[in-house]
Amino acid sequence: MGEKKKKIVKTIKVDVDKCNGCRACEVICSAFHAAPKYSSNNPARSRIRVIHEPLKDIYIPVYAGEYTKAECTGRDKYVIDGKEYDECAFCRASCPSRDLFKEPDSGLPLKCDMCEDDPPQKEPLCVQWCLNKALIYEEREVEVDEEEEVKKEDMEIGLEALLDKYGLDKITETVARLSMSKKG
Amino acid sequence: MRYAETGFNLEIDLSKGSIDRVETDPRLTEEHLGGLGTNARILWDRVPAEAEPFSAENLLIFGTGLLCGTPATGANRTVVSTFSPQTRLMAYSMMGGFWAPELKYAGYDKVILRGKSPDLVYIWINNDKVEIRDASHLKGKGAVETAQLIREELKEPKAQVASIGLAGESKVYFASIEQGRSSASRAGLGAVMGDKGVKAIAVRGTKDLKLARPAEFMALCNEVLKYIERRNENPIQGVMPILAGLGSPQEMAVHDEKWHTENFAWGNARLRRKDFWNDEIAKKWAETLDSMRTRLISCYNCPMKCGGTITVPGLPTYMMKCFSKLTYTMAAMSDLDFGLKIAQRATEYGVDGFSAPQVMAFAVELYEAGILTDQDMPGFPADNEERFYWLLDRIVRREGIGDILANGTHWAAQQIGKGAEAYAHNNIKKHEQLPLKLGMLNPIYFLMYATGEKINITQIEGQFPQSPFPTREEREAFVKDWIQVPDEKFKQYFLDWELRGEKSIPFYPTVEATCDIVDWQERMHYIDDALGVCAGLSSFPLKPPYHIHNYPKFISAGAGIEMDEDRLTQVARRNRNLVRALNVRRGMRRKDEKPPEDHWKKRFPELEEKLLNEYYKFRGWNKDGIPTKESLHELGLDFVGEDFIKRGILPDKESAPSS
Ligand code: SF4
Ligand code: SF4
Repeated sequence: MGEKKKKIVKTIKVDVDKCNGCRACEVICSAFHAAPKYSSNNPARSRIRVIHEPLKDIYIPVYAGEYTKAECTGRDKYVIDGKEYDECAFCRASCPSRDLFKEPDSGLPLKCDMCEDDPPQKEPLCVQWCLNKALIYEEREVEVDEEEEVKKEDMEIGLEALLDKYGLDKITETVARLSMSKKG
Repeated sequence: MRYAETGFNLEIDLSKGSIDRVETDPRLTEEHLGGLGTNARILWDRVPAEAEPFSAENLLIFGTGLLCGTPATGANRTVVSTFSPQTRLMAYSMMGGFWAPELKYAGYDKVILRGKSPDLVYIWINNDKVEIRDASHLKGKGAVETAQLIREELKEPKAQVASIGLAGESKVYFASIEQGRSSASRAGLGAVMGDKGVKAIAVRGTKDLKLARPAEFMALCNEVLKYIERRNENPIQGVMPILAGLGSPQEMAVHDEKWHTENFAWGNARLRRKDFWNDEIAKKWAETLDSMRTRLISCYNCPMKCGGTITVPGLPTYMMKCFSKLTYTMAAMSDLDFGLKIAQRATEYGVDGFSAPQVMAFAVELYEAGILTDQDMPGFPADNEERFYWLLDRIVRREGIGDILANGTHWAAQQIGKGAEAYAHNNIKKHEQLPLKLGMLNPIYFLMYATGEKINITQIEGQFPQSPFPTREEREAFVKDWIQVPDEKFKQYFLDWELRGEKSIPFYPTVEATCDIVDWQERMHYIDDALGVCAGLSSFPLKPPYHIHNYPKFISAGAGIEMDEDRLTQVARRNRNLVRALNVRRGMRRKDEKPPEDHWKKRFPELEEKLLNEYYKFRGWNKDGIPTKESLHELGLDFVGEDFIKRGILPDKESAPSS
């Protein structure tokens, strides 16, 4: 076991009671992460999604988390204050069981980066755009092991997903072919 | 490259069952922007002036505003346009909610329906895949229920659905198109949808919408958001609470209904109940609202909360907004509990929350006056509330007396005869209005009401206060940060406006100033309706975040169309004149520009004539309210002038403009 060390983690407190279902968080997230920056927007690419069923009064803003190649077994239901939620409604995973947190065209996984992307924002933009204060940014101090986990780049996460889908051989083959045609 | 818009419309011919994705002409966007503007242009170009509202030739257009789907706050309006079975003029009604942005993300600016489907169908737009699907299993289903069933059947919980209920299927002249928390309700749009055999349009889109100059556009969006935040924290002083904030009237949030219940008329828009509101009623109604309203909700990309989710114990949940909270209650002389209960059924049936209660109250009055009898209405209940359910059920099925009432008070009165006409007293241009009855004529309000093409009293409020502030100090404080005025002269008009004396209504603002003020208010409405921005953030409330000074920048940076205040003003005038021209071509004239006789207690016929004369002149219209050839030419609408001459609506040799 390595040494313990103090570290600031960025968190968002989600107050679902304050959410009015406007999806401004999805708008600004997808615009910020467009390439070039803000050149387009498309909630389907957002890394925060509001899971909502208005007639059941269910509104849950959820952040995109880890990519996972296999779906979990969780199909349970939670009843909170008389409202029935699917377990999945609270899950951050970009997983094969649903189309949430995947690029709509390529299917590549999406992950919230707390708007640390270039230029880094002082607060995640969804928080800034949520005037109803359903999203509250909080920095918390936690103890972590000395060795920092290596942060994966967007591309690496994407590649991993492609690997899972097509296998290594197919990918190397395609990359080789593409680089040939690009050069040619 | 097209920005802010997609550059494609979806053309669906229901008779043939054909679906085409058609590229649009970017010049039309420059001339009319989008939404109402381009909708009107399409109606002008493609629907013959003689076309019957219920005919294959009539179009039903679902148009998104130019800024819908961009990050601009509150840009979420779908403008639904057609020719109305009730007014027989152009009908357009806006719905907020989530449908317009979804359509943009699917890759289309408009859905244009023509022809008629022999069987009931619904349309499923899933990005590039568009299908006309059988809807026979949805026949007779409620509008909200239909949306839910379609989402389940498509296994697409994220689809946005606009649907009609039984009223639309039965072609009730005041049938609405419902879309979750929003609806396009006025002038029978739902009836035309029913006539076309379309139960619903479901949309899902996952494509990008591009901006021309992103950094600039985002800076503007952020300014608007900051302004809204500040404005929400600082309501306007000196006006009643409902006018102090932004958004649509916050009916779902407020408990205090003293003003509405005592100033609006009850029953068939007749009875003012001056001492209605008391502690006991306040307590009871607050309990009703608190026990049934679960959450305050917004439209797409908007921080306001103008809608509410309503769950009446034992009934399916529905969503509500604005003043429909009280229309049923007051028409039936009942209480809020009844109002929220019957509104559930009315929302599923899909009827307009203004016209429907009025039509029912009209029927009750006719019955009490002996004009309608037990023979006309066999089985009509004795209990007051039961009567409203009874009428509603028959209207949406066009059953018995319901078949006549389904045409609205104007046409029903004509069919019934026996003096029933006098009971259809709260209409303008054959369309039922909010039951507002006032004392002294306000010249600004008079002009907007008389000449408004929307034919809808509820949408005429604007950025100029509805009444003067009592003291000069208060007025000075108000104008200090009034950045929205297009010109400093408006501040002066307001500063000089007094509660009593020479400079008070009806003779102040002067006729000239009134024309200026009306021009400003209308301009903002026409811009909002072309851009698809909610009036609740622009033309409707005092000191809104969007105004004539920042709108041109939004258009330039968003759509890449070079725009400044003058050019934008020109576009708004062009659209305003084109909508007028559509109505003129269908026979609307000065004689029709008459607010209900009893709308104000004190009327001033001479002043009213003068206001109309001067306003028409100001607009470049002749004495009959018809745009002249010259003024049409200035707006690049020569084709309208030529058509008018061909039809003999304007003389061949243009006479001097009216004087
Ligand atoms: S911006 Fe806030 S209020 Fe709006 S949907 Fe997102 S979390 Fe809810
Ligand atoms: S102000 Fe109200 S009605 Fe307008 S877009 Fe926002 S929530 Fe909808």
